[in-house]
Amino acid sequence: MLRFEAVGLRYERSGVRTDASAGPEVLHDISFHLRPGAFRWLMGPSGAGKTSLLRLLYLAVRPTRGRLTLMGTDVATAPRRALPVLRRRIGVVFQDFRLLPHLSAFDNVALPLRIAGRPEGQIRADVGELLRWVGLSQHLDTRPAELSGGEQQRVAIARSVITRPALLLADEPTGNLDDGQAERLMQLFKEMNRIGTTVIVATHNEMLVERHPAPTLHIANGRLAASDGRDDGWVS
Amino acid sequence: MISLRPSGFDELGLRRALSDRMLPVLVGAMTFLAALAMAGWFGTAALARHWQQGAGASLTVQVPQATDPAASGGQTRLAAVLALLTGTPGVASAHALSDQELADLLKPWLGQGADRLAIPIPAVIAVRLTGTASDLAPLAHRLDDAAPGTLVEDHDRWIGRLAVLVRSLQACAGLALLLVAGVAASVIAVATRAGLSTRREAIEIVHGLGATDAYIAGRFAARATLLAAAGAAGGALVALPVLLALARLAAPFVGQPAGTAGDTLQDALGALPVALWLALPCLPVSAGAIGFATAHSAVRRWLRRLP
Repeated sequence: MLRFEAVGLRYERSGVRTDASAGPEVLHDISFHLRPGAFRWLMGPSGAGKTSLLRLLYLAVRPTRGRLTLMGTDVATAPRRALPVLRRRIGVVFQDFRLLPHLSAFDNVALPLRIAGRPEGQIRADVGELLRWVGLSQHLDTRPAELSGGEQQRVAIARSVITRPALLLADEPTGNLDDGQAERLMQLFKEMNRIGTTVIVATHNEMLVERHPAPTLHIANGRLAASDGRDDGWVS
Repeated sequence: MISLRPSGFDELGLRRALSDRMLPVLVGAMTFLAALAMAGWFGTAALARHWQQGAGASLTVQVPQATDPAASGGQTRLAAVLALLTGTPGVASAHALSDQELADLLKPWLGQGADRLAIPIPAVIAVRLTGTASDLAPLAHRLDDAAPGTLVEDHDRWIGRLAVLVRSLQACAGLALLLVAGVAASVIAVATRAGLSTRREAIEIVHGLGATDAYIAGRFAARATLLAAAGAAGGALVALPVLLALARLAAPFVGQPAGTAGDTLQDALGALPVALWLALPCLPVSAGAIGFATAHSAVRRWLRRLP
């Protein structure tokens, strides 16, 4: 599914790729691999590099060194035109939701399907059903600004799973949810994982991790400190 | 099943980013200028054609000492030349200008009473040909034999000068069209870049969800095409009455009586050359094409900064 081999990442200061403009390296020598259908918690202190690692995984940046293979594609060397198809197989729940403010909840969730060119009839059925499942059937036409933080997060979650992605990434997905909603979200992630989706969830919520024990990637100072050694999947 | 994105679906928020006010108005103004340039192009071409046809089918023959007896004797030199001309195949008519006509012709240069001046003025024969003038040398020789000193002048020199003038005017009109197209493209490019910077976040989100460059550029290009074509259609409509008024003013010069054009709506519309009627609808189409190509390439260039 995915393989990191001595991956390093540094951001460019001015958007120009020259040695002089390069910032400090934020990830160093990251190496690990996950099989399809794996689940990992991603933990570490703020600023440790969790978000940068996720950005590499959802192809917002490419590694500046090392080799990252995602679903069989070498991300560092693949041509730009090869990346959109890969992105469509990755669902992301952002910490700040990243919803489009001028679109309704329905249109936000439908967006990945429309980008992928799915038939409109299927889109209507799938999106309606998923929004009902996350408890937003009353808010199909509501814009994000009129929704509460928790409701916006549920829209963001629905958008991330609507395409049944092969890889699901979440950055603090329970931050705006109450305990009941957080549990419901974990059930969704588990269900996605059970049908073969690889899931990586970055969180500070140790209670949540304790309630749902699974292998964890620990990151500190831009280095992968340790993996707890257990194999892919849930710990019962 | 066919995927049909709902027509009002505006995921990038371009209805606000590329507003339907400034861009169409600017493109409309450019189109107005383009319509005037095109009218200039077709107008000069029509004038040149008309004058060329008139001048190309006529000759002027000058007979000095017209009243002297001709070399063959018996008749005057003028009569001998006239007789020769009327017997020549291809000559539709040969008319010796009367003293009054000659005086009218010379009035601008010599003033009233040119005929009373002690200047030997040759007789002038206006010859109309059935077709355009071919090789005039044999005719000139025969006339010179009959009345030595007779000059045959076709209007090649004047037609040549006129052609140069028309080509220059058409080049100016063409240059104006190119400039207008260039300015329109720049306006669209600037508007697109402004739209890109205001919708940067939405573009990044859509890009992150797997949209290709072609998808995003296509959304911008569709919007720019619509706005440019609509603006150009407005500009062309505004230009139409101006063009009709110009056509009415030009009518006497292209062989239409001044009074006819514009008496009825049908006459007024008929005063525009057919070519211009065909070219006017091309303006919105061309503006749309410029809008599409400019926005598409600007967005694609911009998107290269994203991974």
